[in-house]
Amino acid sequence: MAEKRITLEQVRHVARLARLELSPEDETRLQADMSSILEYVDKLNELDTGDIAPTAQVGEAGTAMRDDVVTNRPAPEEMLANAPARQGTFFKVPRIIE
Amino acid sequence: MGSELHKLTVSEARDLLRKREVSSHEITRACLDRIGEVEPRLNAFITVCEREALEQADAADRRLASGDDVPAMCGIPVALKDIYCTRGVRTTCASKILDNFVPPFDATVVAKLRAEGAVFLGKTNMDEFAMGSSTENSAFGPTRNPYDLERVAGGSSGGSAAAVAADECLAALGTDTGGSIREPASFCGVVGIKPTYSRVSRYGVIAYASSLDQVGPFAKTVRDAALLLGTLAGVDPRDSTCSARPVPDYEKALLGEVHGLRIGVPKEFFVAGMASDVERAVRDALRQYESIGARLVDISLPHTPYAVACYYLVATAEASANLARYDGIRYGFRAEADNTDDLYNRSRALGFGAEVKRRIMLGTFALSAGYYDAYYLKAQKVRTLIRRDFERAFASSDVIVAPVAPTTAFRLGEKTEDPLTMYLSDIFTISVNLAGLPAMSVPCGYDGGGLPIGMQIIGPPFSEETVLRVGDAYERSGTGKRRPAKV
Repeated sequence: MAEKRITLEQVRHVARLARLELSPEDETRLQADMSSILEYVDKLNELDTGDIAPTAQVGEAGTAMRDDVVTNRPAPEEMLANAPARQGTFFKVPRIIE
Repeated sequence: MGSELHKLTVSEARDLLRKREVSSHEITRACLDRIGEVEPRLNAFITVCEREALEQADAADRRLASGDDVPAMCGIPVALKDIYCTRGVRTTCASKILDNFVPPFDATVVAKLRAEGAVFLGKTNMDEFAMGSSTENSAFGPTRNPYDLERVAGGSSGGSAAAVAADECLAALGTDTGGSIREPASFCGVVGIKPTYSRVSRYGVIAYASSLDQVGPFAKTVRDAALLLGTLAGVDPRDSTCSARPVPDYEKALLGEVHGLRIGVPKEFFVAGMASDVERAVRDALRQYESIGARLVDISLPHTPYAVACYYLVATAEASANLARYDGIRYGFRAEADNTDDLYNRSRALGFGAEVKRRIMLGTFALSAGYYDAYYLKAQKVRTLIRRDFERAFASSDVIVAPVAPTTAFRLGEKTEDPLTMYLSDIFTISVNLAGLPAMSVPCGYDGGGLPIGMQIIGPPFSEETVLRVGDAYERSGTGKRRPAKV
C-alpha cells in the first residue's frame, strides 16, 4: 500500500483545531480520504505560480462601507428562542470555572 | 378542469393573475396538490408550508384585486432551497446540526420576494451545507430525479431543480458555489442561472464558501429566470460584497436573436470520457446557434484541468471558517457534555454529516500552520490563472457555450463511496465560480435513456443580459422543447 499523505497524528491534530470529536474509525477513514484528495490537489504544483498574485475575492473592487448605526431593537426572547439551553435571558453552558 | 395550473410558467401565471383569470389561491392549491402527489417518490422538499402558502396567496389575491402596479412575482408560488433563512420557518441546510433552527429574520432575497407578494410553498432538499453534487448528502434522505427515480437530481440544489422539473412549483431559488444550480438544472432539464458574484445579496444565505457562493433562480424557461433575477438582484447594505450597479430590465434583454454574436467553444470542455450523447447535444446546439446567425470561435481555457483541485482548497478553507459558528451554544443541535470543550467537539461530531466533516478537516488542514503556503495560497494563485483564462477568452468571444456536466444524471449511490469521483462531476462548472462569472444551464436535449442534458452559457462579469438573451434565442429557435417529467 502506498504511503499515506497525512499521518493519523496529523488527522488528530487537525480534528482538535476543527473542534471535531472523531472515533478511531473516523480517523482512519479521514486519513484515507484526505490523503487521496491531497494527492489529487498536488497537480497544482505542475503550475509555476512564482510571480502570480493570489485571488482572494472576485466581483466589484473594494468593499462597500456604511454608517455604523443600530437598525434593530433588542429582542432577547427572539434571540434566545433557538437556544438549546437557557436560564433567564442567558445562554446556558456547562460550568467552566471550578 | 382537474387543475393543471401548477404547470404554468411564471410569466404565464403573471399574465393570468393580472387579467384576474385565475387566482393565486388556485395556482398555489394546484402546486400543493402536486406536491402531495409526487413527494412520496421525489423527496424534493424538507418542509412544506401549506397553511402559510395559502395565506400568502390570499393576501396576493387581495393585492391583485386592489390594483394597478402589481410587482412581477405577486401571487407566484415558489420554493426556496433550505439554505435561505426564512423568518418563522425552520431552516435546516439539510443538516442535523440545524434541524430545529427557526430563523428570526429573512434572507434579503426572501424579503424581496415577500415584498413583491410571492408565495412560499416550502423549503427544498439539498446536500448538507450545499456540499455535494447529488443531494445524497442530506440528513433528510436523497432527492430523486423526476425523469428517473433511480437517479440523482444533482446537487447541491437538487430539491429546487426537481421541484421545478416536476411542476411542484413555478420556480425556485438555489445557490451555486461550484455548480450547485447549473448541474442539477442540467440533470433535471430546467433552466438555472448563477449570476455574477456580487450581483445578488448573500445576506441570510447560510454560508458555505463566501468568495464563491451566489444566489440564483431555477425556472421552466429563460424568460422566467430573467424575471426572477430582476427581483433578486441589487445592492444590499447588509452584504458588503454586493454590487451597487443598477439592475437592468432582464426581460427586455430577451430580443430573440443572436446575429453576429461570437460564441466561444472551449476545447478543454470537450474531453475524453464525457458521455457521447452530451457532446452530441451540445454540438447540435452550437450548430443551431450558427444557423440563427451566431459565429463560433475556437477558444482555450488552458487551466481548466486545475479548477477542481483549486476549488477543493479554496472552498474547504472558507467552509472551515464559516462552519466554526456551529458550536451548540446559541442555536442548533447540542450534545450532552459536562464541559464546554466536549460540548463543542461532540455537538459538531454528531451534528455534521460525513462530507461536511471531510471538508472542514481538509480546509482546516489547508489553512493550518506549515501548510498554508503550499495549499491555500497556492490555490489562490491558481485561481488568478483561471480568472485570466476567461479574460483572454472574452477578448475574442461574447459568450462561451459548453456542456454543464460530463454526463447526465448518475445513479443513486454510484459516486458516494469515493469523494473524488463526486468532486469531478463539477469539472465544467467550478472554474466559473472561481472567476466569479455569470453562467446559465439551459436544456438542450435528452440522452438515449430520456435523461435531460444541459448546455452552459458563460459570460463576462455582469453580462447577465447577454447570457439570458443567448439562452432565450435558443429556446425560441424551437429545438429546446422541454419534455415533461413523467413522475
